[in-house]
Amino acid sequence: MNTTISPAATKPEAPALAVVMDERRATRATPAKAVAEKLDFWYGTNHALKDINLTIPENQVTALIGPSGCGKSTFLRCFNRMHDLQADTRYAGSITLHPENVNLVGKGVDPIEVRMRIGMVFQKPNPFPKTVFENVAYGLRLRGVGNRTELAERVEKALRGAAIWDEVKDRLADSALALSGGQMQRLCIARALATEPELLLFDEPTSALDPIATAKIEELITELRQRITILIVTHNMQQAARVSDYTAFMYLGELVEVDATSKIFTNPSKKATEDYITGRYG
Amino acid sequence: MAAVMTLEEIRSDLAWRKNLDKVFVVVGLVILLSCLGLLALLFFDLVRDGASRFGWDFLTQFPSRKAERAGILSAWVGTTMIMFVTALVALPVGVAAAIYLEEYAPKNWITGIIEINVTNLAGVPSIVYGLLALGLFVYTFGLGQSVLSAGLTLALLILPIVIVATRESLRAVPKAIREAAYGLGATRWEVTKDHVLPYSTGGILTGLILGLSRAIGETAPIITIGALSFIAFLPPSPVTGEFPFLSLEWLRSEFTAMPIQIFNWVSRPDQAFQANAAAAAAILLAMTLGMNAVAIWIRYRFRKKINW
Repeated sequence: MNTTISPAATKPEAPALAVVMDERRATRATPAKAVAEKLDFWYGTNHALKDINLTIPENQVTALIGPSGCGKSTFLRCFNRMHDLQADTRYAGSITLHPENVNLVGKGVDPIEVRMRIGMVFQKPNPFPKTVFENVAYGLRLRGVGNRTELAERVEKALRGAAIWDEVKDRLADSALALSGGQMQRLCIARALATEPELLLFDEPTSALDPIATAKIEELITELRQRITILIVTHNMQQAARVSDYTAFMYLGELVEVDATSKIFTNPSKKATEDYITGRYG
Repeated sequence: MAAVMTLEEIRSDLAWRKNLDKVFVVVGLVILLSCLGLLALLFFDLVRDGASRFGWDFLTQFPSRKAERAGILSAWVGTTMIMFVTALVALPVGVAAAIYLEEYAPKNWITGIIEINVTNLAGVPSIVYGLLALGLFVYTFGLGQSVLSAGLTLALLILPIVIVATRESLRAVPKAIREAAYGLGATRWEVTKDHVLPYSTGGILTGLILGLSRAIGETAPIITIGALSFIAFLPPSPVTGEFPFLSLEWLRSEFTAMPIQIFNWVSRPDQAFQANAAAAAAILLAMTLGMNAVAIWIRYRFRKKINW
């Protein structure tokens, strides 16, 4: 696996970016993987998400941007029902996961069932204080994979998929806490990939990382979109421009606008979006 | 606008403020050293008074009416057995209670009342536990004046300590780690068993040992339930020569313990027994300090392995 950083990833020069975007626009017409319809969400009496309607296309990267407190992380966490760990939270509306048409936030749907199908990578790298191998194997063990050979194969595949195999193949039995921050985050991606989720959620995955580690993660996300649907929250608009096919702009708990990333960043149709991406607030 | 202070004013003011800093250091050190000094003095006093009695014989002989032949064999064996029962009961019960309160209990007023009472239990005078145990274990359950009754009583006594320490170390496991496990599809029990508990083992064991080092010196509750002050026999051995090689008879045996033995010797008019009491007290203190040292070592080991 190629882990060197391409110049385009570290220095996003304007022409190169435009080319990437144009290529992506050609791949637009893909079926929907998940559809949020009239989604509302409350923390107690705080109405955090208001009437969100968004389609997540399959095998594409959809980015959620917006100022702090706009509800983008809250929206992301609806997809794997992370809010259910907290008391006094409430959903209304639906997030339909295709092809089975399961309403992820439906009352009768078990949050654990949802989390078995949808992976998540968090803001700060959060490996378990266990070995590198056990970190990746944990999701598999939860799914009853006990066979050593199968475990080893799947762990290797996940680590290769997260572009970290070459760095850790001799350190599988070492503690994951001995890795660098960027390696930890790629390990967390491997941990999420190991169970082959249908949809992978990234919650500001590079906000705790340096630019080089960030570039590696972004390159990885671009590779992963070939075979997995990705929803990513980011504070960094350049990042959204670099890695995503679609961008949704959220403000004050509402979804203001969603469109192809190239369109959002060059010719947004709403004034609020334009103000945000040109740095007038946020 | 002119600066609030000139450079000269800043320097003289800073000198004064830094002096206050030094005063605090000196006061703190004096207080700390006088506390430690007092403990050291006590310990050396005990060692000096009991110096004539230290030796293998003192550890291997039963109490006797002749001071120079008396030993603490039945006392330290009794204490060890009681501590074993206490640990065996307090650990699972305390950890289970803490897990329930921390991970499972809904946050409502009933849980609130339980939590407040657990903390309050730590402040209940130990004699009250003794009276409770006398009525409950000794008579109602018919366990008699036995090692088992004593172990259960002391387990009850240290339960709040174990629960509070366990809850604190469970709470120290970062939310991010729990979310990582939940995010992979783990149930609450799987998160607890695979992550939260293993990562807080150090804190839990430390709490248990600190609880035990409180229990080891408790006198009132075990006197209440009927510890004997003169025992010239050992409880039956837990390991036997015949199948199944293990026996639980020792649990039903009558017993004595270190603090009881010390109390008994100290209250005798004969001066020769005072040396015995001092020697036994020094050994009890050493046992307590030893257990605390083990607790510190365990905490250090786990801190090195897991540091958030």
